[in-house]
Amino acid sequence: MSAAKTFRVLPGFNLTLGYTLGYLSLIVLIPLAAVFLKTAELSFGEFWNVVTAPRVVASYKLSFGMSLLAAAINAVFGLMLAWALVRYSFPGKKLIDALVDLPFALPTAVAGISLTALYAKNGWLGQYLDVFGIKVAFTPLGVLVALVFIGLPFVVRTVQPILEDLDTELEEAATSLGAQRWQTFRHVILPILLPALMTGFALAFARAVGEYGSVIFIAGNIPMVSEITPLMIITKLEQYDYTGATAIATVMLILSFILLLVINGLQAWTAKRTGRDR
Amino acid sequence: MAAATTMHLGGDQAARFESRAATRETPLVKWLILGTALSFFAVFLLMPLIAVFVEALRKGWETYATALVDPDALSALRLTLLAAAIALPLNLVFGVCAAWAIAKFEFRGKHFLITLIDLPFSVSPVIAGLIYVLVFGAQGWFGPWLSEHDIKIIFAVPGIVLATVFVTFPFIARELIPLMQAQGKEEEEAAIVLGANGLQTFWHVTLPNIKWGLLYGVILTNARAMGEFGAVSVVSGHIRGETNTLPLHVEILYNEYQFAAAFAVASLLALLALVTLGIKTWVEHRAAAAWRNSQDDAS
Repeated sequence: MSAAKTFRVLPGFNLTLGYTLGYLSLIVLIPLAAVFLKTAELSFGEFWNVVTAPRVVASYKLSFGMSLLAAAINAVFGLMLAWALVRYSFPGKKLIDALVDLPFALPTAVAGISLTALYAKNGWLGQYLDVFGIKVAFTPLGVLVALVFIGLPFVVRTVQPILEDLDTELEEAATSLGAQRWQTFRHVILPILLPALMTGFALAFARAVGEYGSVIFIAGNIPMVSEITPLMIITKLEQYDYTGATAIATVMLILSFILLLVINGLQAWTAKRTGRDR
Repeated sequence: MAAATTMHLGGDQAARFESRAATRETPLVKWLILGTALSFFAVFLLMPLIAVFVEALRKGWETYATALVDPDALSALRLTLLAAAIALPLNLVFGVCAAWAIAKFEFRGKHFLITLIDLPFSVSPVIAGLIYVLVFGAQGWFGPWLSEHDIKIIFAVPGIVLATVFVTFPFIARELIPLMQAQGKEEEEAAIVLGANGLQTFWHVTLPNIKWGLLYGVILTNARAMGEFGAVSVVSGHIRGETNTLPLHVEILYNEYQFAAAFAVASLLALLALVTLGIKTWVEHRAAAAWRNSQDDAS
């Protein structure tokens, strides 16, 4: 230990690491621990009853189902958008590239009311969908639309740099060996993109599961039908049922931790597959 | 969670792919992909953005202006600026410290520490609010002590600031860590050996190298701080003129069916988002130019 210390040329290690750990503990770790300590006040039976109540289970199905679906939609269309941005020239490309990050920058409440206005029965899109009997606003489909909006940049921004780094030689080799364009994509390009695509999918999914602001306006929040899990926490809090809210939060937190590990693993895989650091 | 929010320095590569037969699609496939991608972009990103401004001006400029100068809107604006003005420097100092410790030194558990710093990204904003209710709320750990001393944190301004700090916690650190790792520590070590002290080294050697990354992190932090809804909603208590931020004010107006006013305030936030994206693109452009220069110098 002391040997390592002697050879440390740069100053400030103890100060900066100490400050980092202290600030991290105060702002993030200790308050998060409160969730688990509060939940520990419940017996397992009580905890189980809260987190498996029918209305709560319906919210898991909606949140997880729609988040998976939204992430899948984003994986397909996000890949196409990233492909178009990297490989094709077209007017307005720089503007579109910049606007892809809009869901990161636009406050979720603004996205929520705007999507609701678009998809309401008399909205720009809603009026045409209504002709076909498709209702989006105030139904589970509305939740899906909001989650697609929120998740899109995650897929585009994880796939885009990998696409940019692709060597043209790979595809030229595949073509000269007689591969069709689709075969080249399927057997040469897709395997290189896959880790990044899955990372983008996982990031979009993780963001969608926890999303609140953009969803609650368009969802209609009908019990058993269009209530998302984060809303169940809010509902319990408004009834001053702190232990109930915390129990559901515990379930979500455990899922977040698992997702975080999965995402870290996927990012390591991406780095290994492509030789990039991130 | 960082990959999607970190700086991206790729230039336009289209020519490289379009010039070779092996790396381009038939025109039909190309137009299909381009058409689908751009339609998807138009429906899911562009239309929601345009709708904000159209709805905001639906009842004319007068209603629009009235909504913005309403005392409740102005006090919401003040609180939003205050929360961002506190969260930003706090997370800036943290981000620089964390990046210095992680990028310039070797120690055990480094990867685990980076994962912990990422935590606020993967926690639902609702939970971000809930945790402070559990710590500082009336029934929380410090609740009785706080009420004895007549200090309000939850349903008051400090709670809103705390929630904002939490949701913007990782942005600057996550931007700087990979950047400073990539730059190594030779330049700093040279400065120290030549007799500079730690602060001088940071100010004159490190800072010029990381300024664009730092600015990028600051912009993202600021956008998120001013736009946060879920976390702030839990701890705010929604007291008009006191604990309302701009996004919460949008919600209140909307729920009162004052749609034009709600969209008018929302358009302010949408403008902020556009400015953020504009500066972000400019920073990426400058950073890419600086990076190319340093590559030219090195070769």
